[in-house]
Amino acid sequence: MRNLGEALERVTRVAGIRGAMLVAEADGLVVAEALAEGLDGAAVAALAASLTLRLRRTAMSVGLATPQVVQLRAERGTVLSVPAGDDLLLVAVAERDANLGLARLELRRAAAQLGS
Amino acid sequence: MTDPIRELTTQLASDPQSLVFLELGEALRSRGQPAAAYKVARMGVNRYPELAASHDLLARVLADQGDRHAAAEAWRRVLELSPGHIGANKGLAFLAFRAGDPEGALPFLESALGAAPGDEGLAIAVQRVRTALDSAATRAASAAAAQTAAQAAASGPLRGVEGFEPFEDARGVVLLDAQGLRLAGTLEAPDGSDVSDALAAHLQGVSREASRAARLLDLGAWETVTAESADGHLLVLPPTQSTVLVLLRDARVPVGRLGLIAEQAARAARNWLERLA
Repeated sequence: MRNLGEALERVTRVAGIRGAMLVAEADGLVVAEALAEGLDGAAVAALAASLTLRLRRTAMSVGLATPQVVQLRAERGTVLSVPAGDDLLLVAVAERDANLGLARLELRRAAAQLGS
Repeated sequence: MTDPIRELTTQLASDPQSLVFLELGEALRSRGQPAAAYKVARMGVNRYPELAASHDLLARVLADQGDRHAAAEAWRRVLELSPGHIGANKGLAFLAFRAGDPEGALPFLESALGAAPGDEGLAIAVQRVRTALDSAATRAASAAAAQTAAQAAASGPLRGVEGFEPFEDARGVVLLDAQGLRLAGTLEAPDGSDVSDALAAHLQGVSREASRAARLLDLGAWETVTAESADGHLLVLPPTQSTVLVLLRDARVPVGRLGLIAEQAARAARNWLERLA
């Protein structure tokens, strides 16, 4: 559990990250979360899981390997999702001007930490 | 790597009451397995006789098989269950065009446009058919316009469309309408096979999903969705409200450059759509 908290904190420390969470990919349920006030964890989890699953199926249908990063970019922010071990996703919500390069790096590191 | 059809088949077997047959039927159509698609669609209709989507799937399969009469019947059933159903109106318009009856197709196209006023493809189709019918003196022009409109509205891919070259390599770009039908472009898998239609089927609805996600999270309008794999990047974006552009780029393309490519491709797609109008 300590590992889980550390992994989420690693991501949320990045400037501009509004929250991070561990999500069950199959059903989009929250396993653990560290979110800023006002973010609906259940909604983030469900939407990220659904979109990630669809993109994974699409990637497979065109002969690509399982995506290592799925990113939804919108006017006022970005949602990032990376696989984090057995049927889990590590998801982050970033503000528009967040350092996405660093956020992606920390997400991958955190996912590796969780998967180890 | 898991075969999506096998995965969907397994899902359906484990939960026969689920609606996954709709996705499986479309996947089989895209894979070019009409007999299997028909079996799934027929089973869906038997299981869900009051569900418009099950009849719509059956109609598409029948149209693929060239059984226009049965396809028309299935789409008419869709309209009974769901008046104004866009897919059914497009389908019936397509069948009318194929029968050489653009005049008969027009009411269906107009109904579809009434239900989806932001659909540029439909607007183009309606405008072209009206223009062609108004100037019926030139029968050949009418037929050509009708053919173009039919393709734009419903029938499927516009293969070999000239001028759709968003950037240096148009082979990795495909433009889809809201129904998951290909408007232009071709997309190849890393092994060189054409996967445009399979991709279109899988991405149908992704625009709505991305839009809903962005809205619910208070992020404003969505701009791009990217999936980065070890062997390629898939980039999805909405050049207009009713179209989706999909790009497949090599994994060596830097992630930051994808954003620039997206902007360029979206601009090119909008220009291309305007030229069609």
